[in-house]
Amino acid sequence: MTDTNTYGALQDKEPQKEPRSQWSEVWDQFRRHKGAVWGGGFLLFITLAVLIGPYLWTVDAQKLDIRAKDMRPIYVALWDSSAKTGWNHPFGTDQLGRDILAQMLSGGRASMSVGWAAMLIALLIGTLVGVVAGYFRKLDGPLMRFTDLVLSLPILPLLLVAVTLFRQPLVAFAGSPEGGMFILIVAIIGITSWMQTARIVRGEVLALKEREFILAARSIGTRNGAIIRRHLLPNVLSPIMVSATLGLATAIITESALSFLGVGFPSDYPTWGKLLADAVPRMERFPERVMLPGIAISLTVLSVNYLGDGLRDALDPRIRGR
Amino acid sequence: MLTYTIRRLVLAIPTLIFISLAIFLLLQLAPGDPMAQVPLTVPPEVKQQMREALGLGQPWYIQYYKWLIQFFWIEPQVMFDNMFGTTFAEGKLRVISWQTRSPVMDIVAQRIPQTLWVVGVAYVLAILIALPIGIYSAYRQYSTFDNAGTFVSMIGFSIPPFFTGPLLIVIFAVQLEWLPSVYNTVHEVNDWDSFMVQLRQMVLPVMVLALQITAQLNRYMRASTLDNLNQDYVRTARAKGLKERTVVLSHVVRNSMIPVVTVIALNVPNIFGGAIITEVIFKVNGIGQLLITALFANDLPMVMTLTFIFAILIVLFNIIADVLYGVLDPRIRYD
Repeated sequence: MTDTNTYGALQDKEPQKEPRSQWSEVWDQFRRHKGAVWGGGFLLFITLAVLIGPYLWTVDAQKLDIRAKDMRPIYVALWDSSAKTGWNHPFGTDQLGRDILAQMLSGGRASMSVGWAAMLIALLIGTLVGVVAGYFRKLDGPLMRFTDLVLSLPILPLLLVAVTLFRQPLVAFAGSPEGGMFILIVAIIGITSWMQTARIVRGEVLALKEREFILAARSIGTRNGAIIRRHLLPNVLSPIMVSATLGLATAIITESALSFLGVGFPSDYPTWGKLLADAVPRMERFPERVMLPGIAISLTVLSVNYLGDGLRDALDPRIRGR
Repeated sequence: MLTYTIRRLVLAIPTLIFISLAIFLLLQLAPGDPMAQVPLTVPPEVKQQMREALGLGQPWYIQYYKWLIQFFWIEPQVMFDNMFGTTFAEGKLRVISWQTRSPVMDIVAQRIPQTLWVVGVAYVLAILIALPIGIYSAYRQYSTFDNAGTFVSMIGFSIPPFFTGPLLIVIFAVQLEWLPSVYNTVHEVNDWDSFMVQLRQMVLPVMVLALQITAQLNRYMRASTLDNLNQDYVRTARAKGLKERTVVLSHVVRNSMIPVVTVIALNVPNIFGGAIITEVIFKVNGIGQLLITALFANDLPMVMTLTFIFAILIVLFNIIADVLYGVLDPRIRYD
C-alpha cells in the first residue's frame, strides 16, 4: 500500500496556477501581435461606424441639394480659405449635392454586408465540401476533382460575365435593383471563392479522422453526423477562422472591383467601390472623393489581413507560447 | 517525369472541354439578344433571318459543337496557314465576333502584344524587386528592414489596383505632370525619343501591377527563406566553415526558390485576369479591355473565346507549376 504522504509530487492538492482554457491562451498570443490588435480594433470601429453611424449622422445619403453641390471637405479650409466648405457637410458634397459622409456610411454598410454575406456563403460551402470530402472516402475523389475544376475556372472574367448577363432577370425577381444586385453579387462571390477553404478543411479532416478520439467516439456508437458535429468541426475551427478573414478581404475587394468596372451596384445604392468609380472622372478637381472611399476600402482590407495574420499565429499551437 | 507531364497534358483535355461547356452553358442561360440594337422597323422575319445568320437558329448542343470545331480545328489551321503560307483553312468559317463581324482570333492577336508588354514587364520587375527583399527580410528577421518590408508588402497586398491606379494618376499625371495617364497603344517605337515616350507611358500601369505582385511574392519568398534558414543543412554548411555569403546565396536561396518558382508560375494567369482593371484604368487596349467591351456589347462569341483563353492559361500554368516543382525538387517524384 502506498502512502501518499511520502511522495511530494502527489501532495499538491491543487495546481499552482489557475487552469487556463485554450481560448485564454489564444487571446494572450493574439494580444501580442500588435498589428492584429490594431486590425481587429479598426475592423470593429468600421463595423460600428457603418452600423450606428447612419443613426447619428441622420442626413439622407440620397437627398439632392443642388445649391450645396461640389462642396469640399472641411479640412480643405485649412489651406484654401476660399474653398466652398461647411460644417453641415464635413466631407463635402458631390456633383448633385449629396452629402459624402452620409454616402460613405451607407456605402460602407453595403460593402461590409456584401463582404460578410459572401464570406459566410463561401465558408459554408467550403466547410461542407471539405468535411464531406475528408470524412467520406468514397466522395473524396469526385469532390476534390470538382474543386480542382472550379479552381481552374477564370474567376474574374466569369464574375463579369455572370453579373452582366443576369442583372435584368434577378432585378425583376427581387423586385428592386439593389435587392437583385445584392443577391446576385453575394451569391456569385460566394460560389466562386469556397475552394481554398474546402482544400484546407479537407486536409485537416483527413488527418483528424485517424486520431484516437474519433476511434473512441466511433467505438461507443456515435453516428457520423454527431462525430462530424461534436468532434471534427470544433477541431477544424481555427483554419476556418483564418480563411474567413481572408475571404472577407477578398469579397470586399471583389465587390468593389465589380462596382468599379460598372457592373456592380447602381449609383443610387452606392458601395465604396461605386463611390470611387463615380468619382474617378472628376478626380483632378475633387481628389478627396476618390481618396475617401479608397482609403476606407484599403484600411478595412488591411485591418482584416492583419487580423487574419494574428489569428493564424494565435491559433497555431506550435507558435503559441513562444 | 516525361510520362507524368504527358499524363497531365492528356488529362487537361477533358478538363478544358468541361470548362468550355460550363462557360458556354452560362452564356446560353443568359438573357440578352444580339438583335436588341436593330431598329424596331425591321420586321420580325428579317430579324429571325439575321439571327440565323449569326448561327443562333440551332439548338445549343449544335452551336457548342460548331464552336468546338471552330476553336480547336479551324483556328489552329488558320495559325498554320499564317505561319507557312498554306491554304488549309480557306473558305472555312471561323469564330466571328458579333460586334465587328471579323474573326475573334484576329482581334485577340492584335490585342495580346499590348497586354503582354505591360503585364510582362510588370511581372519581371516585380520578381526582380520582391525576391531580394524577401530574402534579406528573412535573413534579418524582425529587423527594421524586415518590419518595413512586411508592412509595405501588407499594404501592397491590401490596396486594390482600382485605388492605386487613380491615386498614382492624381499624383504623377495631374499634380506633378511627369507621366501620361493614358496608355497610347498606337504609339510606335522607332528611335530613342519614341522609346522614352513608350517607357514613360508604361511607368504608371506597370507600377500598379508590380506593386501587387511584389507584395505577394515578397511574402512567399520571406516565408520560404525563413523555413530554410532553420534547417540542419544550413548549420552543417556553416560548421564546414563556408562563407556566410555562400551559405545564404547558394544553399539557402536555391532551396527556398523551389516553392516560390511554382508560385510565380501559378500566378501568371491571375495576373492576366487582374490586369483587366489596370487596363481599364489606364486605357490600355489589351485583352482585358477587349473582354469588358465585348461583355457590354453582348458579343457572346468574343466573350466565350476570351474566357476560354483565360481558362487555358490557368490549366496550362498549373501543369507547368507542378512539373517545375518535380524538376526542381528531387525529393518529389510523381512516377
